[in-house]
Amino acid sequence: MSEKDNSISTPVLTPKDFDSGFDVRWCPGCGDYAILANLKRVLPTLGIPKENFVVVSGIGCSSRFPYYMDTYGMHTIHGRAPTIATGLKCSRPDLSIWVVTGDGDGLSIGGNHLMHAIRRNVDIKILLFNNQIYGLTKGQYSPTTKQSKRTKSSPTGSIDYPVNPISWALGAEATFIARTIFQYPDHMQTVLRRAAEHRGVSFVEIYQNCVIFNDGAYRYATDKEMRYDNIFELEHGKPMKFGRDQEKGIFLHGLTPKVINYKQAGFEESDLLHHDENAQESTLAFFLSRMRYPEFPEPIGIFRAIQKPTYNDMLDQQMEEAKRNVTKPLQEIVNGEENWIVT
Amino acid sequence: MENPQQIKNDDENIVRKPIEELERVVIRLAGDSGDGMQLAGLKFTSSSVILGNDVSTFPDYPAEIRAPQGTLAGVSGFQIHFSSTEIYTPGDQLDALVAMNPAALKVNISDLKPNGILIVNEDSFTSRTLSKAGYSSNPLEDNSLAKYRLIPVKITKLNREAVSSIEGMSSKQVNLTRNFFALGLISWLYDRHLKSTISWIKQKFKNRPMIVKANTKTLKAGYYYGETNELLSIQYSVPKAEMDPGKYRYISGTQALALGLATSSQLAKKELFFGAYPITPASDLLHELVKLRGYGVKTFQAEDEIAAIGSIIGASFGGSIAVTGTSGPGLALMSEALGLAVITELPLLVVNVQRAGPSTGMPTKPEQSDLLQVLFGRNGESPLPILAPQSPGDCFDLAIEALRIALKYMTPVVLISDAFLANNIDPWKIPLLEELKTMEVVHPTTAPMSSDGRYNPYSRNENLVRPYVIPGTKGLEHRVGGLEKERVTGNVSYDPLNHEEMVNIREKKISGIVKDIPLQRVHGPSEGDVLVLSWGSTFGAAHTACKNLRKEGLSVADTNLRYLNPLPANLKDILNSYKYVLIPEMNKGQLHFIIQAQFAIKTQSLTKIQGRPFHVIEIEEEVRQIIGGLFDE
Repeated sequence: MSEKDNSISTPVLTPKDFDSGFDVRWCPGCGDYAILANLKRVLPTLGIPKENFVVVSGIGCSSRFPYYMDTYGMHTIHGRAPTIATGLKCSRPDLSIWVVTGDGDGLSIGGNHLMHAIRRNVDIKILLFNNQIYGLTKGQYSPTTKQSKRTKSSPTGSIDYPVNPISWALGAEATFIARTIFQYPDHMQTVLRRAAEHRGVSFVEIYQNCVIFNDGAYRYATDKEMRYDNIFELEHGKPMKFGRDQEKGIFLHGLTPKVINYKQAGFEESDLLHHDENAQESTLAFFLSRMRYPEFPEPIGIFRAIQKPTYNDMLDQQMEEAKRNVTKPLQEIVNGEENWIVT
Repeated sequence: MENPQQIKNDDENIVRKPIEELERVVIRLAGDSGDGMQLAGLKFTSSSVILGNDVSTFPDYPAEIRAPQGTLAGVSGFQIHFSSTEIYTPGDQLDALVAMNPAALKVNISDLKPNGILIVNEDSFTSRTLSKAGYSSNPLEDNSLAKYRLIPVKITKLNREAVSSIEGMSSKQVNLTRNFFALGLISWLYDRHLKSTISWIKQKFKNRPMIVKANTKTLKAGYYYGETNELLSIQYSVPKAEMDPGKYRYISGTQALALGLATSSQLAKKELFFGAYPITPASDLLHELVKLRGYGVKTFQAEDEIAAIGSIIGASFGGSIAVTGTSGPGLALMSEALGLAVITELPLLVVNVQRAGPSTGMPTKPEQSDLLQVLFGRNGESPLPILAPQSPGDCFDLAIEALRIALKYMTPVVLISDAFLANNIDPWKIPLLEELKTMEVVHPTTAPMSSDGRYNPYSRNENLVRPYVIPGTKGLEHRVGGLEKERVTGNVSYDPLNHEEMVNIREKKISGIVKDIPLQRVHGPSEGDVLVLSWGSTFGAAHTACKNLRKEGLSVADTNLRYLNPLPANLKDILNSYKYVLIPEMNKGQLHFIIQAQFAIKTQSLTKIQGRPFHVIEIEEEVRQIIGGLFDE
């Protein structure tokens, strides 16, 4: 079936078509609601028949996701969703497979699998909801919890050094890496659409607020007054600038970033660091991933989008080649190289 | 018909030594892992099967990839049992041993029968190699081998002379041909053709004429040495065995399993997805299956066993035939995901090639100690069918059978084999694939819907099996997962009575498979004194022992369980037909435990946990003791 046929035969879908009819059971005010709403807006616009979507999750608050989407779905076991998605994609390359995971599910118990799914460049879409806390188990620190954070399991402050999900995904050579924030629907939809369109693994970190156990973790990035100084949007080929009046810019100072009010200092936009999401080497993307609040504004948007053959495509190529090279029926293989007849 | 035993010699003038006919012979070729003993063993096997013998073999190689040369750890052996009657094991004690160095002698000599033939490479017994093997004096000289028929042969020197005329051979290459000299010698001793080996050499090294020449020359030199040397005064022959007519090959359990899986793919006209992580002794299954990619087997090497089973759960959800292969430690890692397959009711097959445990244990050595792990090693009530092949060839049949059950009943299945079956090489009557029953796998595209217009993924047929609807099917979108399901709708449910009902349904579905399982058959009397109940690879030793005992007139029957869950419907009646039931197992009595618990029948356990299969004699002695006790009463 060609893509063209799909677009003709596929009726126009709406977010409502993706509603499973289940009562959503996240806490009132949970950031997950916004992500669900945005994904439901994006999926119908991709020209993919609804029955070809599969949402696979592990365990955690975020992993309830498949139940709320009227697609095919699997709510699996803790940390293992990437393995199931990998097998499914290898078995059924025709499907659009979305892995929904969290900071605990994806980076703690499932860190190994997430890393390997990414490095293989399996054509799956991974959404990592990062709320810097274990919600479902009621409030223990997670691999992304800030140091010194007091939680149920760290009453005197967490001594774990947190992992930086974007740096981590870059270490695994992800071909598509982006970050978005639960409260920015337009931005999130753009990022999700780009993730969907990328051929290869897509890794999207979504800042998400846990109202119960870690409320306000991203206030710096979502508060109307604070956000202008604390986040900036990455745009391919564009200068990196931010601030209420877009007056501040990112400069390259040796190997570290430097923030300068470039308008005051008399610089031009062209003097600012420009983004290149297609850079083959991940140096710039890594540099950007290291910019963390409060020392720096945090970039959101697409850090990296490069093309590399996917695992599932290469696997199918090898399968095809093996089939082409078959010279005899299976019966002859079963017969073996040496056989004899007993009469 | 031409007598196959008749060797046409190049030199008709040679006076032939007397030939003694034997019913069956067990030999072992042993040397350093670099000495090529496995290859020599395989070629000896080939020439034996071509002669029409029944054959059973067991390769035994070191766990270390490159153990230091000349050490006990580096000894590699290949045992061949060849017979004019049907045989089921590679044999207990050796009639002949070929030891290429002192270490090989030391490791293997205890298995040689008194008065057995002992051929050693005299050249390799130097003070250095003797001390490496831990000998304080040379056993060839200190009379410690007096109870054997010791035949020291200067194999290194004779081999060097045999190939000396071939130009361009490095001394390393010269030494690499020694195994063919030994093979030639032992081929003469047991009156085997060289023809099949020579044509194999020609084919194998067709681009290296020098190697062809060298190997062929030394092979013949070994043979002629046997003919002319005075130490060897007699030649033996083992006549043709009576075997079922048909086309045969020899096959290891691993090869049979791989072919069974590929065949299943063809029978179901579906891609087979094999996701696995390397682990001894199951890795070879992955290697065999990669070779079968052209026949619809897609292989995936995962990052660990958890990912391996995860990948096949995904592939199963997608509609592929899903299989993984592992050993005990890997199965332990798979436990949680196996539970997911149980509750999502997705068809897949896990092959567990058992090895000695616990923990890392003895990775290359067989054991049957994972039965309880496979039956119960998951959280919650999570029953699944278990099958155990009894011989290398049976791995082919049961691989297909296991997948039939998995697909028909939408359930994970475990096929429980072991390191012995995986490596054991037996003759196998080649099946005609076109005569095998096809596998029907239906993915419904329409289904009765609930009142709110949604598909019910947990509706069930008369076998309590839910429909195998796969992604891409329009209108039947649904979710599965690890949380308890509401009956029929498959929605998440914490309802207490629903949970109990679902546990019962899953249990009933699996126990209902009994109607597809053949009734258990017994060898020997249908009632009597003793029944030997074996499972898996213990079949060979148990069956041989019982056959021998029956010949002595004892009232002994034997039967081998290939289906361990559910158990065959008539098993209880069978067990009740004998005064004693003996269960030999390579564990601490796991089947014994199950049978007693399930049928409230008193059984007797015979255990062996040495990382080695049972010897026939061990089972014979146990049965004799039981029968002796019966008379005492």
